Amino acid sequence: MSAQALTYLFVGLSFTLYIGIAIWSRADSTNDFYVAGKGVNPVANGMATAADWMSASSFISMAGLISFLGKDGSVYLMGWTGGYVLLALLLAPYLRKFGEYTVPDFVGARYYSKTARLVAVLCLIFISFTYVAGQMRGVGIVFSRFLEVEINVGVIIGMIVVFFYAVLGGMKGITYTQVAQYCVMIFAYLVPAIFISILITGNPVPQLGFGDTLVNSSTYLLDKLDQLSVDLGFNAYTEGTKSNIDIFCITAALMFGTAGLPHVIVRFFTVPKVSDARKSAGYALIFIAILYTTAPAVAAFSRVNFIESIQEKSYFDSPDWFKNWENIGLIAWKDKNGDGLINYSAGKAFEEGRPNFLDSRGVQGEREIKNPSTLDNENEVYIDQDIMVLANPEIAKLPAWVMALVAAGGLAAALSTAAGLLLVISSSISHDLLKKTFMPQINERQELFFARCSAAIAILIAGLFGIYPPGFVAQVVAFAFGLAASTIFPALFLGIFSKRLNKEGAIFGMLGGLIFTSSYIIYFKFLFEDSNNSANWFLGISPEGIGFVGMFVNFIIALSISAVTDKPPIAVGEMVDKIRLP
Amino acid sequence: MTDKEYWKANIKLLIVLLTIWLVIWFGFGIILSDFLDQFSIGGFKLGFWFAQQGSIYGFVILIFVYVYAMKRLEKKLDQKEK
Repeated sequence: MSAQALTYLFVGLSFTLYIGIAIWSRADSTNDFYVAGKGVNPVANGMATAADWMSASSFISMAGLISFLGKDGSVYLMGWTGGYVLLALLLAPYLRKFGEYTVPDFVGARYYSKTARLVAVLCLIFISFTYVAGQMRGVGIVFSRFLEVEINVGVIIGMIVVFFYAVLGGMKGITYTQVAQYCVMIFAYLVPAIFISILITGNPVPQLGFGDTLVNSSTYLLDKLDQLSVDLGFNAYTEGTKSNIDIFCITAALMFGTAGLPHVIVRFFTVPKVSDARKSAGYALIFIAILYTTAPAVAAFSRVNFIESIQEKSYFDSPDWFKNWENIGLIAWKDKNGDGLINYSAGKAFEEGRPNFLDSRGVQGEREIKNPSTLDNENEVYIDQDIMVLANPEIAKLPAWVMALVAAGGLAAALSTAAGLLLVISSSISHDLLKKTFMPQINERQELFFARCSAAIAILIAGLFGIYPPGFVAQVVAFAFGLAASTIFPALFLGIFSKRLNKEGAIFGMLGGLIFTSSYIIYFKFLFEDSNNSANWFLGISPEGIGFVGMFVNFIIALSISAVTDKPPIAVGEMVDKIRLP
Repeated sequence: MTDKEYWKANIKLLIVLLTIWLVIWFGFGIILSDFLDQFSIGGFKLGFWFAQQGSIYGFVILIFVYVYAMKRLEKKLDQKEK
């Protein structure tokens, strides 16, 4: 069977499985729809949380990012795992004890205020839509490369599948499809990693393999990679370049941001007991760690393979994957020195960022580009970092079924996260906006109907993001984490650990964190991109790390306003006492 | 009074575990990383290993230590889940 037929088969089988699960686990009540009836086994919830959390960017982009950043890429590895310690220790058990349906539910009850609930809904919707846009782009990339359908057709197929299990099954349907998606995703990630580890180092465990010696040699892989990088004008792979304060703030913003992401928090509402919420966070992190400790190995292997398979080859002799990815515009080559060979080194190959392709072909058949060459370096290759994981099996010449598996895995990662996000968006609309604020008279059946409608509308909007991707997707990821860290995390944390915090403090704290963090990011990422460098940053902290500072802005505002305004009512103090006990 | 005792013991435990958490990633993974790089295990420089592998294993262990410690505490103070 051809690679494409295999891909259709794998993707088709996995989609059938997801839809089958959706039909089996239909939601019949709001309790089912919002929190899966609070009856999810902690291990299953751990798997579902892992799938919910690991998005298209973890599966598709992260290893590629690390592959080009080397040690500086560690911020993503530590930042996107360390947040689970915060979740398990500071939030999950208490929020589970609280026992309602959504994150704004807690904010509204703890701060005895509809305004506080609405501010939380606003932050939640903004964070979640930002995140969904990235997932839909991931679905589009996988479909266009592996199934050779139009990106739009791919996005629509993805929408239909998500529609099925999110609208029908709600949280209950999502939970069990996520368990299946986790299995597909992790298998698809590990198989090529193990193959490549054996090929390069002879060690079948990628986590050990990338610290091992190369096959038939006594040189360590990482030493060789350092050498290759330095030879080509890059920094040594295992040495960092960013300042410690910036690395610290980025990692911290990602951690506190993770702990403040509504679609992750709400997963801990679905387990039966408080102790299960703690356990479940531990299982979730084990399942996440399996992928996250493999990713840096994949990064190192693919970097070596990538360099060795194209360097100083003619375009004509270059491998097929190079041409395939060039065809969809994610690789470009411009023979700057006219020697007919591909020369890859540090620096940008040409001006204006992304390649702007002409319709014509060059001497060797390469796609010609309009962008003017850069003169300060010898690099001739443009490569989009996102392709490293997807191209990895081809680069390493693995069999076709492995490629098909990776395609199914990438889709599982994107769809599972998209579904989790769409669910928190829809429940915040039907539950927090309608039932709890504007239409308190509706009964449970009507609420469930509105929940399904808002899930359907949210899917349509997410699909539009996929078909007309906003150009700013990459920039807004910093936004999602920055806002989660500076608005939702502090409101939840202070609500549990301080009894004195009142509604004025919480509302102004969230607004302060929101305004501070978003102005900083908008200033550097959208308005004055040219001045986005460490000389202009506040204390040398990049927009990616500013959410951490925003969190302290929130703390300071919230605590000082609370100190000069009225104490919260006694009933709130009693509620806090109650959630602190198991 | 066991309710207050329980909460106090929980806070103490949180402070200890979060300090270890900070040492793992900020200590070993970031500020001491360059210093640790002079030692190596296999082909890994130690600081690099902490930043890309060790810290993640550390986080997993921390959560399970917390799960276990809370279970013991709940038994000791006879706190039942309600």
